[in-house]
Amino acid sequence: MPPIQRRDLLKGAAAFAPSIVAGRAFAAPQAGSRLLVVFLRGAYDATSIIVPTGSDFYYQSRPTIALARPNPADPKAALPLDGDWSLHPALKESILPLWRQRQIAFVPFAGTDDLSRSHFETQDTIELGQPVGGSRNYGSGFLARLAQMLGRDDRPIAFTDQLPLCFRGDPVPVPNLGLANVGKPIDRRQTAIIESMYGKRGQLAQSVAEGFHVRETVFDTLDQEMKAAGRGAVSSKGFELSARRIGALMRDRFNLAFVDVGGWDTHVSQGNASGYLADRIGELGRGLAGFVDALGARAWGSTTVVVVSEFGRTFRENGDKGTDHGHGSIYWVMGGDVAGGRMAGAQVALSAATLNQARDLPVLTDYRALIGGLVARQYGLSADRMATVFPQARPADLKLV
Amino acid sequence: MMRVQLSIRTVLVALCSLSAPPLQAQSAGIPVKNLAWADRLTWGVEGSAASRGGTAPDAGRWLDVQLRAGPGALPPDAQRQVDAMRIVREPMAQLVVEEDSAIRAANALTDPDQRKAARDAYQKDMNALADEARARSILRALYGPDQLREQMTWFWFNHFNVHAPKRDVRAMVGDYEDTIHARALGKFRDLLEATLRHPAMLRYLDNDQNAAGHINENYAREIMELHTMGVGSGYSQQDVQELARILTGVGVDLKPDPPRLKPQWQPLYVRAGLFEFNPARHDFGDKHFLGHDIKGRGFAEVEEALDLIASSPATAHHVSLQIATYFMGDTPPADVVARMEQAFRHSDGDIARVLRAMIGAPAFRASLGTVFKDPAHYAISAVRYAYGDRVILNTQPIVGWLNRMGEGLYNHETPDGYDMRSDAWSGPGQMATRFDIARQIGGGSAGLFRPPGASADQPAFPQLQNALYFGGLGTTLGQPTRDALARATSPQEWNALYLSSPEFMHR
Repeated sequence: MPPIQRRDLLKGAAAFAPSIVAGRAFAAPQAGSRLLVVFLRGAYDATSIIVPTGSDFYYQSRPTIALARPNPADPKAALPLDGDWSLHPALKESILPLWRQRQIAFVPFAGTDDLSRSHFETQDTIELGQPVGGSRNYGSGFLARLAQMLGRDDRPIAFTDQLPLCFRGDPVPVPNLGLANVGKPIDRRQTAIIESMYGKRGQLAQSVAEGFHVRETVFDTLDQEMKAAGRGAVSSKGFELSARRIGALMRDRFNLAFVDVGGWDTHVSQGNASGYLADRIGELGRGLAGFVDALGARAWGSTTVVVVSEFGRTFRENGDKGTDHGHGSIYWVMGGDVAGGRMAGAQVALSAATLNQARDLPVLTDYRALIGGLVARQYGLSADRMATVFPQARPADLKLV
Repeated sequence: MMRVQLSIRTVLVALCSLSAPPLQAQSAGIPVKNLAWADRLTWGVEGSAASRGGTAPDAGRWLDVQLRAGPGALPPDAQRQVDAMRIVREPMAQLVVEEDSAIRAANALTDPDQRKAARDAYQKDMNALADEARARSILRALYGPDQLREQMTWFWFNHFNVHAPKRDVRAMVGDYEDTIHARALGKFRDLLEATLRHPAMLRYLDNDQNAAGHINENYAREIMELHTMGVGSGYSQQDVQELARILTGVGVDLKPDPPRLKPQWQPLYVRAGLFEFNPARHDFGDKHFLGHDIKGRGFAEVEEALDLIASSPATAHHVSLQIATYFMGDTPPADVVARMEQAFRHSDGDIARVLRAMIGAPAFRASLGTVFKDPAHYAISAVRYAYGDRVILNTQPIVGWLNRMGEGLYNHETPDGYDMRSDAWSGPGQMATRFDIARQIGGGSAGLFRPPGASADQPAFPQLQNALYFGGLGTTLGQPTRDALARATSPQEWNALYLSSPEFMHR
């Protein structure tokens, strides 16, 4: 029996129910690419993590929260990346090794042309991926459009409790599943009875079938992982736990995924080498390193991870040892095949004169151009096909993959 | 057992009995034709066997009473739970001031262990205050006789959303919901000003930090974009900035005494509970807002601006569209919305009149049973149907189910509120979660009858195959669902399947 494809399968979900529950629907992708988008909701303070330690203006602007210039004798100092930029010390064990293996690039001055500085408006902007200024279609997210275009090869999933905006609008519903608590699936007999009530047609019937199917797939995979990892494995929680699970699931079950991580809106007492933000970024770094580990070397070679956030924060610290809503951010692109170990994209020397509206990083690389360019190269998609994913955006080829 | 069709009764039929003249008792319970009305106009059709009089929910007399009545009393078993709450026994202003003193005292402690213990105690108290408000909200939705008001309270809270975890909003959120509850069917203009004068809103959208020379546009923007006219309805960035200037000095004060003010400002100072208008923080320049010149003169500017906003046709449209989406689903018919807008404009924003215009539209009747339940409707309707008027002893399981389904009470972080479109709630993972919850509710008492602090539930079982079901509800189900239910091998499984059925997912 040939492998069943998601889109074919869902045309007659109920008819194929036995195959779904037998877990055959998600046959391992032959040589496909994988893409994971990680959204840091709340606008992470990029310049505290990828730190412009070469800039005196940075130290003038942040008298209490700046990270110290690289100094091998000082464990609290930032870790040098190149002459201008350094990495937060909480990422020493997790992300710095990837940099040294040239598997991660940072794209400074990245973001949107949405200047609302509103979290929810700008998060929506990014997730919808539509031109700013026109009327918005909330029923069409950019990852849903990408999934639809990839057609038979896509195996998308959102590792979130709710279906995020970016995955809404695919006529074949994209599954979502939060990974913090993966419950044991309902038994097959009940599953079949419930599906019989929903019939074979319509969005809801597809959603129900897909929901059971994904739950079973995820549970089986994680069950095996947990048994395999039983010996000497560190027990993790929060994003570290979820990220490891995502790695296991993307190894051979899913190839287009989204996850979000909250808690970055640091208006007050954000800390520097240690403190609130350091704890958050440390957890993120360990999570991503765990993801790479769980994914395994072979799959990592054809995987790209993009880390984005709705906007950056003010370049200057505020009166509360924190930072306020800004504009340009720094995005991360990592993967086994990524041409990393470098700062990618256009840059500008940091000074009071080069800041956007005298308060934050300007945007020199548009997120649609960046992600569009990555996706186009990774999946070998032409510009006109990319135009359906990101209308009116010209993909930027930063030669990252 | 004496359960046959003739003994079917429902509390729904008595919803109006508290504030309306006694109505004729109806011996046959909810007629089948009213089931769909009950599911739409209340938090869910409910099948208790209580023999009380009244009319079944419909667009006629039942609706008249619902729209006229003030907030009605809860049944004694629910009211007792509410009466024991700190948020009911102490006024909100006092709660906020007490907790503020507690955290100040905690922060002043020099011993780190003592400081930590005191801070933890403060957090525990604050969380308990928000939890009490959640419990009361759920009890009202389950058992409040004024069901339309209860639904509108949820709607308006979401419309004027605040996020409990921000700053000290946890101590305010119960009173905030109460403020909305009292005005949920009144004039929109009154409701708008009541939210504007509430410290929960002023804290949440930072207007307490909006002062002359330190403009914070956050609240001004959301008033225009979300609360009233709607984004893209014709106001400009300039209007937002001018409204922000008008709102300077509108804030929150926990101190018992008014601030010292210059003599000419003293008559302009406004204080009501924690709300204050402080002229010393106000921008007294003239403003130009929505095409009108507004003379700088203090809080009267706010009143004038609210009058302009509330009477704008854009507000009538935006608010009507939101209400219609909540009740009728993703794309309410334009003619129904137009009818509601007209009622809004002709009645000076009378919410009851707007609701009547919607409910009376033929398209409303035609839409009964077609709206996908959001998580709140799903969970509340399941418990109403399962237990009728037997009052639950613990609302915590419902709080947990709402959180799991992603629609936790007072938990939406951003001012846009929870999404009302069905595709926000019907994703594959979300359907799987609902089926889990269906099994929990259907399988037994699920913690709903465990008194706080007790280790076990009092005996209770969800009777879904009840008088209401045999009295007619069963005949409304489609054949696939009836076939599926016939395959159940236990009452628990029957319940889980019923709560998992497509019919139960819609209202």
